[in-house]
Amino acid sequence: MTLSQKLAILADAAKYDASCASSGSKVKRKGDGIGSTEGTGICHSYTPDGRCISLLKILLTNYCIYNCKYCINRISSDVKRARFSPEEVVSLTLEFYRRNYIEGLFLSSGIVRNSDYTMEQMVRVAKKLRLEHGFRGYIHLKTIPGAHDDLVTEAGLYADRLSVNIELPTEGDLVQLAPEKKRPVLEQNMSSIKDRIVENRYERKTSKKKPNVYCPAGQSTQMIVGATPTPDRDVLATASSLYREHSLRRVYYSAYSPIQDTHALLPAKAPPLVREHRLYQADWLLRFYGFDHNELTDEKNPSLRLDLDPKTAWAVKNRDFFPVDINRASREALLRVPGFGTRTVAKILGQRTRGAIRWSDLRKMRCDIHRARPFVICADKHPGRLLEGSVLESYLLPQGEQLTLPL
Amino acid sequence: MIAAHPEDFQHWRSLARGFIAHGISPEEVMWGSPEEELLFSQAESPPAKQVNFSVPRDFVTLATRASLHRDPSRWSLLYRLLWRLVTESRSLLRQSTDPDVLRLKEMDGEVRRDCHKMKAFVRFRKTPDDRFVAWHEPSHLVVKAVAPFFARRFNTMDWAILTPDTCAYWNRSELLFGPGLTRAHAPVADELEELWKTYYANIFNPARVKVSAMVSEMPKKYWHTMPETAIIAQLLEDAPRREREMIEAARSEKATPHHITQQILKQDGDLEQLRQAAKNCQGCELCHTATQTVFGSGPKRARIVLVGEQPGDQEDLRGEPFVGPAGQLLRRCLKRVGVSPDSVYFTNVVKHFRWEPSPRGGKARLHKRATWRQIDICEPWVRAEIELIKPEVVILLGATALQSLVGRELQIGQHRGIPLSCDLAPRVVATVHPSSLLRMRDNRQQQLEIGRFCQDLSFALEMSHSPLHSSCSGHER
Repeated sequence: MTLSQKLAILADAAKYDASCASSGSKVKRKGDGIGSTEGTGICHSYTPDGRCISLLKILLTNYCIYNCKYCINRISSDVKRARFSPEEVVSLTLEFYRRNYIEGLFLSSGIVRNSDYTMEQMVRVAKKLRLEHGFRGYIHLKTIPGAHDDLVTEAGLYADRLSVNIELPTEGDLVQLAPEKKRPVLEQNMSSIKDRIVENRYERKTSKKKPNVYCPAGQSTQMIVGATPTPDRDVLATASSLYREHSLRRVYYSAYSPIQDTHALLPAKAPPLVREHRLYQADWLLRFYGFDHNELTDEKNPSLRLDLDPKTAWAVKNRDFFPVDINRASREALLRVPGFGTRTVAKILGQRTRGAIRWSDLRKMRCDIHRARPFVICADKHPGRLLEGSVLESYLLPQGEQLTLPL
Repeated sequence: MIAAHPEDFQHWRSLARGFIAHGISPEEVMWGSPEEELLFSQAESPPAKQVNFSVPRDFVTLATRASLHRDPSRWSLLYRLLWRLVTESRSLLRQSTDPDVLRLKEMDGEVRRDCHKMKAFVRFRKTPDDRFVAWHEPSHLVVKAVAPFFARRFNTMDWAILTPDTCAYWNRSELLFGPGLTRAHAPVADELEELWKTYYANIFNPARVKVSAMVSEMPKKYWHTMPETAIIAQLLEDAPRREREMIEAARSEKATPHHITQQILKQDGDLEQLRQAAKNCQGCELCHTATQTVFGSGPKRARIVLVGEQPGDQEDLRGEPFVGPAGQLLRRCLKRVGVSPDSVYFTNVVKHFRWEPSPRGGKARLHKRATWRQIDICEPWVRAEIELIKPEVVILLGATALQSLVGRELQIGQHRGIPLSCDLAPRVVATVHPSSLLRMRDNRQQQLEIGRFCQDLSFALEMSHSPLHSSCSGHER
């Protein structure tokens, strides 16, 4: 098999992994080779699905002894199989990097022989890049579920970011679709990585001979949504517990996309892209806007609305909270106004020391004033009847065309 | 009216300082580019008088960047802002609704974006003498600002970034700039680009086309210097067809054993219905080469279910499980541990015989292990059988039964003869498949192994007599 054929198979197999971030790592690594990580990620290209290419995202191999039903690489699927040697991955990474195609490598793998063996092979690739080639670019390693803790933590010596994929939002989903993966094992890996990161940060602060930085871009995880009937409420609860317990940098949501040779248990339909988009919006609200995951859905409606973004949906449900007077309200309250982002709020806070903010000022701040209109009072505007009952919904959903994402 | 023609930010800064010192208002200065200076040739040298004044650091940062903008009015905007900062208010920049401040921030944003896109979209091509050369067309005058980034990142390479305005060169120790060039000076190809395109085509998911998101992040003006963009049209043309195929391939498998058995179980069907449905199973391709479906056989209230791998040659011909040589051995062993074979339900994970012709020719059909895909498709049948029979003991014979029904990572060697935790039945025990006993050449070894096999069987059966189980089911109620 040629290198190009292998690349085609092993890139195709990796595309269901949503993460491609190369940010959050600002370190000067030792090494005399090429590469740099300066904190901000760079997206070197975009594919027609609107997703960026920042890293060379490939599997070491798509042979796998596991049988996770949602995964195209499960043992019982009839896909073409291939396997890179560690040397091939190293040389592809370096050659792509030299031409400025990528920020680095995102390596994952199917499980061959057993978890430990596979994890060892992946660590070998990272080690080779760092130690033999002095590579200072970005490396993201996906840990292999069930691999020994020592191997997983060793990976963090060479990687900028590690990820342990939680795969499905609840333990029940996991039992049903990925019987070989056990939630407690996955969380154990996460917590050992977290411990090492904390320990390393402390050592670097206090010890005179500074140890090498450990996993500077932290850890992330991914959840597949839409493969099981689990509602958004559980998805968000899981996400916020992961953020809390394991200090994850990111939780990625991946709409389950029909794969060739789908397992009979799974829905055969187009991926729920709008739902995925709403989950990302909700995730943002949890992390940067002071929302609690319980506020965004309730027992009766455990799913996020598809026709409204989660913040607007929250505002519609909690009309008593509004209107917010933008000349008086606290930062926390302003952050809850639909159409205002963190930057708009900062601008408002800066501007209002200079006099009352009028509607025309708000217009110049480039926020989504149409969305904000029913929810705010400014010096010369009041929402009036807009905030009332059915008027509000019809104002927010005028053409009913917001159901689909614009193509 | 004074005319001024700054070459870069530093030049503008010294000119502007002089004008401020002389109290020259923005209306009195006409700012132009150095080229215009040649046309009109009426430049006035900046006044020499210096006066100390200061501006917020923010302004210097923003102005440095905005000065890289191609907008010809940038110099006059910067001077107007400077004038207002000094005469009106030092905190002018925090007034986020002022038109001049807005325009400054807008220009700053556009330049920053262009800097970022340059870092992202420059594509080097390797030359025969091991240099890396790129052709790039930035929207603004950002080459000098971004070049240090490339010097840090590609410090061990000889590289050059050629643009129509300025060219940057790095020789592993020093960053040099030269005048703008044309595209003809850059290499036309790099053989690695084919691999890059292969990667680009395969990392794209045709089920989630979202062209607007791509174009807003990667505007078309940059496309012609990026090799991968050549295949975008083709990818988009193929996408709807590829997505349809993926979905149809998934739908066409809806008459799988999984769906059939689920339906029968939901409608409270019985074992006989299951058997009838399995007769016509076309879940995988094995139905085309096997003689018939070999369903399980035995009493429908059996307390013991034995699960093997798949029917063999004789089973395939007779339509009954465990009637070949391995089956006969199994029946003898059952008797030896005190169980009547008639009281036991025999079945297999895979219901069709998979075989290949003997390499020596002739009519002999050699057993061939089913693939994991075939096992995965067929496995719901045996699960449904067990669910309907509700046995006390399930004995798994061989690795296929163990791994498909309990856990893919388990091995017979390590997990035989011990109770397995699994919800098939109160007691689940695995042991070797009797055919492995038949394959042994050494007679003494064979007898030993048959002994062990019987031990495993009797261990599994112990439980079916023990009172523990009945109290368990009582507890459940």
